[in-house]
Amino acid sequence: MSAPLPIAIERLVKIYKTIAAVDGISFTLAPGSTTGLLGGNGAGKTTTIATIMGLTIPTSGRVTVLGAEMPRERYRVLQRMNFESPYVAMPMRLTVRQNLTVFGMLYGVVDLPHRIEQLGHELNLTDLLDRQTGKLSDGQKTRVALAKGLINAPELLLLDEPTASLDPDTADWVRGRLERYRTERNATLLIASHNMAEVERLCDRVIIMKRGHIEDDDTPAKLLARYGRRTLEEVFLDVARGRALEAAQ
Amino acid sequence: MTFGSDSALAFAPRRCGAMMLRYWYLLRSSWPRLLDLVYWPTVQMITWGFLQFYIMQNAGFFARAGGTFIGAVLLWDILFRGQLGFSISFMEEMWARNIGNLMMSPLRPLEFITALMVMSIVRLAVGVIPVTLLCIAFFGFNLYGLGLALAAFFVNLMLTSWAVGIFVSGLVLRNGLGAENLAWSIMFLFMPLTCVYYPVTTLPAWLQPVSWLLPPTYVFEGMRALLIDHTFRADLMLDALALNVVFFAAGVVAFLKLLQSARRNGTLLQTGE
Repeated sequence: MSAPLPIAIERLVKIYKTIAAVDGISFTLAPGSTTGLLGGNGAGKTTTIATIMGLTIPTSGRVTVLGAEMPRERYRVLQRMNFESPYVAMPMRLTVRQNLTVFGMLYGVVDLPHRIEQLGHELNLTDLLDRQTGKLSDGQKTRVALAKGLINAPELLLLDEPTASLDPDTADWVRGRLERYRTERNATLLIASHNMAEVERLCDRVIIMKRGHIEDDDTPAKLLARYGRRTLEEVFLDVARGRALEAAQ
Repeated sequence: MTFGSDSALAFAPRRCGAMMLRYWYLLRSSWPRLLDLVYWPTVQMITWGFLQFYIMQNAGFFARAGGTFIGAVLLWDILFRGQLGFSISFMEEMWARNIGNLMMSPLRPLEFITALMVMSIVRLAVGVIPVTLLCIAFFGFNLYGLGLALAAFFVNLMLTSWAVGIFVSGLVLRNGLGAENLAWSIMFLFMPLTCVYYPVTTLPAWLQPVSWLLPPTYVFEGMRALLIDHTFRADLMLDALALNVVFFAAGVVAFLKLLQSARRNGTLLQTGE
């Protein structure tokens, strides 16, 4: 029997009161892949990710993660996945080491002190481990959030704008680290981002969402070819501004 | 050690310990938080202690009933601070925008609740133990002199405070920090109804049955029976315990329902106002 897919979504619908935030989307992710989830504000990216994490109950449709149906069977798999976003903060008064200790214990990490030292080394956090998280710069906080996201060496890592508010150098460093993590761990990454350069560099597949639907889904190279554009940003603007069909034709 | 590891009802002491450690780190790192725990109980105790002192000098009944006011203040503080300790630890997660991280971690709701209950005792101990000692020094009232009765009062008051704290935390989880004020004010609804400073018979007849539906009423009546009549009313404590079991179960069920509702409404990642 083959291993279950990291993510399998079938006809997912999520309606808040009368608004369909996600309207019948389906996709699967292959193990070891990196997929970009693109879309403007209100496209349904956050709802999709929240449903994958088991934070939201679908109105209809089915979401399975590593073989477990979400959110009903979430406790079977939450230990094997993680999430990183600059919009979900870490307790500011705790030191980096204290935060990583708490999350490491929650995720049942074996030999936690060693894992924290290892992440400190890999993410250039060693000198910051005993500093208060709230007193770090945005770039340092993002690295701490990434350390939290990697504390359990997840098979599935979801990232929401992983390089938002970072300077180009730090953002490039984070992307490099994510690429290396995927290769070393054969992990599956799903990245929601507005940064097209980031998506182009990291992702082997791009899903473009608009108003709760999937507007397009392909490799970056095929999308560029189909829309006759040179950058994903131009493709994104075509889709966002409703020029998708004519451009693709 | 984890019981029923894949189930929502599984309980891992390690995860519960992680949350207690998180709140302990927080308390330890912030002297204003520690000061706040002691400040109000001390002010309350001093105010009511002097009032009692004055009344005792001027009224025969209260001279015989030494300690009822100050005892009531201290027991009220256990009820109020117990709930506040629970709710504030919970709201630290909302204020820190950390609730999303916790809800997508393997932490189970019952582990979270247990950690909050333990922390409410820790916070209460930090705040109230020094005050009880000051109380002995200033007014000669020794709460610990109540002996086993104090244990019965404490257990019942803590159970009520947790039940209310769990319910309020569910409301904040579901409705965001707009519901935060409830955490500070809801217990004051109990103050007149549970007859903290006066007997239940003081209430109008139609209100007395409502008062007897609330577990703390039995505790405050029990305290007065002990201090005025020197009788420990075990029957009152058992009635309170039975009601507390219902209150506590209702609090937990309400919390789980509100959490489910938050999942349905997608509010777990949007924890602002």
